Amino acid sequence: MSELRDIFRIEKHPILTVTSAKRISFTFNGKKLYAHKGEVITSALFANGIRIFGHHPKDSSPQGMFCANGQCAQCTVIANGVPVKGCMIRVEEEMSLQSCDGLPELPEVRAFSDTFAQHGEVETEVLIIGGGPAGIAAAIELGKAGLDVLIVDDKHRLGGKLVLQTHSFFGTVEDVYAGTRGIDIATRLTEEVGRFPHASVSLNTQAVGVFSDGKIGLVRGEEYFLTVPKAILIASGAREKGLLFPGCDLPGVYGAGAFQTLVNRDLVRSSEKLFIVGGGNVGLIAGYHALQAGIDVVGLVEVMDKVGGYKVHADKLKRHGVPIHTSHTVLGAGGDGRLERVTIARVDASFNPIQGTERTFAADTLLIAVGLDPIDELYLQAERMGMRVYSAGDSQEIAEASAAIFSGRIAGRHIARDLEKGEPVPEEWSQKAEILKSKPGETFPLKAKSFPSGLFPVIFCHQEIPCDPCTKICPKDMIVIPGDGIMSIPEIHKDECTGCYRCVAFCPGLAITLVDLRQEGDSGLVTVPFELSEDLIKVGDEVDAMEIEGRVLTTVKVEKVIQRRAYDRTLLVVLRVPKEIATSVAGFKRKEVVPYGALGEGYQTKIGDETVVCRCERVTAGEIRRLIREGVRDMNQLKVLRCGMGACGGKTCEPLILSLYKQEGIDEKEVFPYTKRPLLAEVPLNVLAGLKEE
Amino acid sequence: MNKNTFDIIIIGAGSVGLPTALYLAKEKLKVLVLDIYPSVGQGQNKCAIGGVRATHSDPAKIQTCLKSLEIFATWKDEYGDDIDFEPGGYTFPVYTETDAANLKTLLDTQKHYGLNIDWLDGPDLLDVLPGINHNGLLGGTYSPEDGHLSPIKAAAAFYRQAKNLGVEFRCGERVIDIIQNNDAVSGVKTERDTYTAPVVINAAGAQAREIGDMIGLDLPVYPDCHEAGVTEPVKHFLDPMVVDIRQFPRSKNFYFYQNFEGHFIFCITPYPPIEGTDRRATSSFLPDAGQRLIRLFPKLQNIKVRRTWRGLYPMTLDGIPIIDEIDEVEGFYVVVGMCGQGLMLGPGVAANLAHLILDGKPLLPEELFDYFSYYRDYTGCSEALR
Repeated sequence: MSELRDIFRIEKHPILTVTSAKRISFTFNGKKLYAHKGEVITSALFANGIRIFGHHPKDSSPQGMFCANGQCAQCTVIANGVPVKGCMIRVEEEMSLQSCDGLPELPEVRAFSDTFAQHGEVETEVLIIGGGPAGIAAAIELGKAGLDVLIVDDKHRLGGKLVLQTHSFFGTVEDVYAGTRGIDIATRLTEEVGRFPHASVSLNTQAVGVFSDGKIGLVRGEEYFLTVPKAILIASGAREKGLLFPGCDLPGVYGAGAFQTLVNRDLVRSSEKLFIVGGGNVGLIAGYHALQAGIDVVGLVEVMDKVGGYKVHADKLKRHGVPIHTSHTVLGAGGDGRLERVTIARVDASFNPIQGTERTFAADTLLIAVGLDPIDELYLQAERMGMRVYSAGDSQEIAEASAAIFSGRIAGRHIARDLEKGEPVPEEWSQKAEILKSKPGETFPLKAKSFPSGLFPVIFCHQEIPCDPCTKICPKDMIVIPGDGIMSIPEIHKDECTGCYRCVAFCPGLAITLVDLRQEGDSGLVTVPFELSEDLIKVGDEVDAMEIEGRVLTTVKVEKVIQRRAYDRTLLVVLRVPKEIATSVAGFKRKEVVPYGALGEGYQTKIGDETVVCRCERVTAGEIRRLIREGVRDMNQLKVLRCGMGACGGKTCEPLILSLYKQEGIDEKEVFPYTKRPLLAEVPLNVLAGLKEE
Repeated sequence: MNKNTFDIIIIGAGSVGLPTALYLAKEKLKVLVLDIYPSVGQGQNKCAIGGVRATHSDPAKIQTCLKSLEIFATWKDEYGDDIDFEPGGYTFPVYTETDAANLKTLLDTQKHYGLNIDWLDGPDLLDVLPGINHNGLLGGTYSPEDGHLSPIKAAAAFYRQAKNLGVEFRCGERVIDIIQNNDAVSGVKTERDTYTAPVVINAAGAQAREIGDMIGLDLPVYPDCHEAGVTEPVKHFLDPMVVDIRQFPRSKNFYFYQNFEGHFIFCITPYPPIEGTDRRATSSFLPDAGQRLIRLFPKLQNIKVRRTWRGLYPMTLDGIPIIDEIDEVEGFYVVVGMCGQGLMLGPGVAANLAHLILDGKPLLPEELFDYFSYYRDYTGCSEALR
């Protein structure tokens, strides 16, 4: 029984520490199962191979996990008789869970209490909503200025999305911890903010609304309370954009953030075969995280002719044999009640699928990573209430976490100054912030190697990105970034390599190898970084040596595997390779990922009428299109179909409906958005009322 | 005929303006409807929680709403649109002898004017309200032919039918002046255009006073603000609208129902009233409403609240609407001060108004319709069930 269970758990991870959790028992539809104490219901169910949690009341369609963030209600299950969102509620010993099939029934209440507690009010000078990189960085600056700060975050620890990031970060070592893994940056920031006695943190706390009296409603577990700040910083991050295609509503289709939550937070092996839509950093990194978790990545499609994320991220995937299909789109997802297959096709210059290029792959999970939108509802509400409100990080502008740290720092200083405390923002900060926000720049051809023999690093970083750890890590200062700033391509400007491997181990892009051609004979050694499980590689293995873009050079042997504490969980794999290709080897691949087969599902240039657009209320593209064609331009009129009235409040469907308008040839400027009202997430009535148990 | 010339211009595409446009268009009149919002029903109409009742104390309101209920109940058969009308009834459960006595004294009048209503003692009321807190429940009134519907769908249905009959709508246009000619209206000027018509109807809801001011009328309509909320949907167990008339700190009436999709929709009458047009959410509403809801229906403690909003009640001094042709300016009609009951009054008011404009006589007996007169004594009788 336990062996069966464990196939859905990640019991060993190359980067994350797997701690032994206490096993507790619970039931799902009467069947006894086991969970890890402290984990949320959705993760416990996934860990038991259960991915369908109920059926929608409108059309009985299967419902599974979607946002993993308490925003939608698709993971609703009945826990001890009460309908709850599985992604937000922890499993308890002996908990009885039931699938939610149709509308849930409220349990009868036997002992009736009608005593209510007055909800508390917390005063603070600055309220920070969101304890991710931006929020914490701001709190540190406010702490330095001696202001009272309260950070609220809806997760169980500080760090935001950083805690889901196993890879090393880019940016500058000096300002934003470049070269350090995301999870470790979260820990460092958390420790730093902990040093300020006036900075307090409220975890598992969700901000649900801003009210006309300048108070913000917060929910922490069973408790509802209000805060009365002088200033608010919204640092609540971003929300993933959706994508419409037939089958996009099947269980198994969800966002990269939800995936990272399951895999990297809860160490649940949520899938076996993963497909990814979107070649931005989010999609590329999620693919890499999947490989680290031992999940096969069947492929990634990107509609543009090149990936939008950092080239080094894409190259990492390619070198592990993950096919990246640029100029491709997803045509549809299929399966009997859950995702079983994904069909893609090549697109033409106008992004229309080309007939005859369809290919279908077997996959149990499809990640949508087609971009992010700022979470700005609270900002807009606070503005409407006439409050002193600021934003930082992704909720201000979508960029990398390193940029979020910096924008948080700047916002913190601004707030402190506006409250007549602290130091002004140094002039160079805004310039630095802009650099960190930079999109990848030009890609240059790789330079011919100037070292025909001896011992030397080879740099496979040839796209302009804001990153500098390689220039800080070399004891001989061999690597420099020419010119001002950190965007240019790093260069080797000395021949003094001692073979310390530090550049190989610490390049965030895993884009530096160490070539050793000092021995006589035809072969030399190439040392490459490796961040997947150590079990996957051992001395004597035959592997495919890969060039930078993932083309196989030749079969080579693993000479040595170096594992040192100082290299921070990055393994160094020494390959014996023919000398003439030594400077071309950027990595290696263990095995082939074979496409499942080709059964084209047909050519489609636009979203089919049957495609579900509003997931909460199961409203199709056809129904919405009919109203658009009748002349509806105010999205509030779409509420006759119940669009936007579901649990998520239109957060998921609004951008998708705008894309339908666009398809109908209607300018976005003609369309009036939904009226948005509190609450930002559903809250149980007993919590709002302050009901005391009898 | 000039494209900007109409028989009638209605200011306001809300609960009153929409059915009025439909009934006038049925009489082959060329009607223009102007509204300040980007589309119809976006003022207070969409803020209504959906209750429609003829359970009032004022005879004119009882009969007007009976007409509305008849229109709503037959709407789907007649026009085909589903407006989610459910004749679930209205209940006013009471827990004090004073409240019981007050409600009972209204029954004779209510029955006399045609309302199907009765008093149910505690146990009988429990059959109608399964799960209600029966500690101290004395009983309550039950009017089974009242009901509830979707305000959004009703507005969309009126709009669609009116449009089919040729009514023109200009949304997102603010009216800036009423044009007069020798003590008679001759048209309306908006931010974008000028329209002419011999008849102009002020159905501007919460903005009715500003419109009246444009022709020098001091309409005694003062909005106050009520707050509402909606829960997630759960399996159906409650048919009627429940009105709790007890007074609690910060609130008077509290009313809610379960709509046909399973959502509970609830609303509070703040006390003292919050006057003005501020529609921003308050921090006290959800805790207060939550407590009242749980006190009445303990099992609702486990339901989740989804969203909250505030809407304006354009109040008159006596709680009775003003529906009249203005003596001072020929062709100017006021259909204002619905006191938060525009949804339930709207179609009945519209049917009466169409008759008034075309025949000079409303549907209701004139002595009843006089209750709505602009020129009445506002300190006279007043509506008990506001």
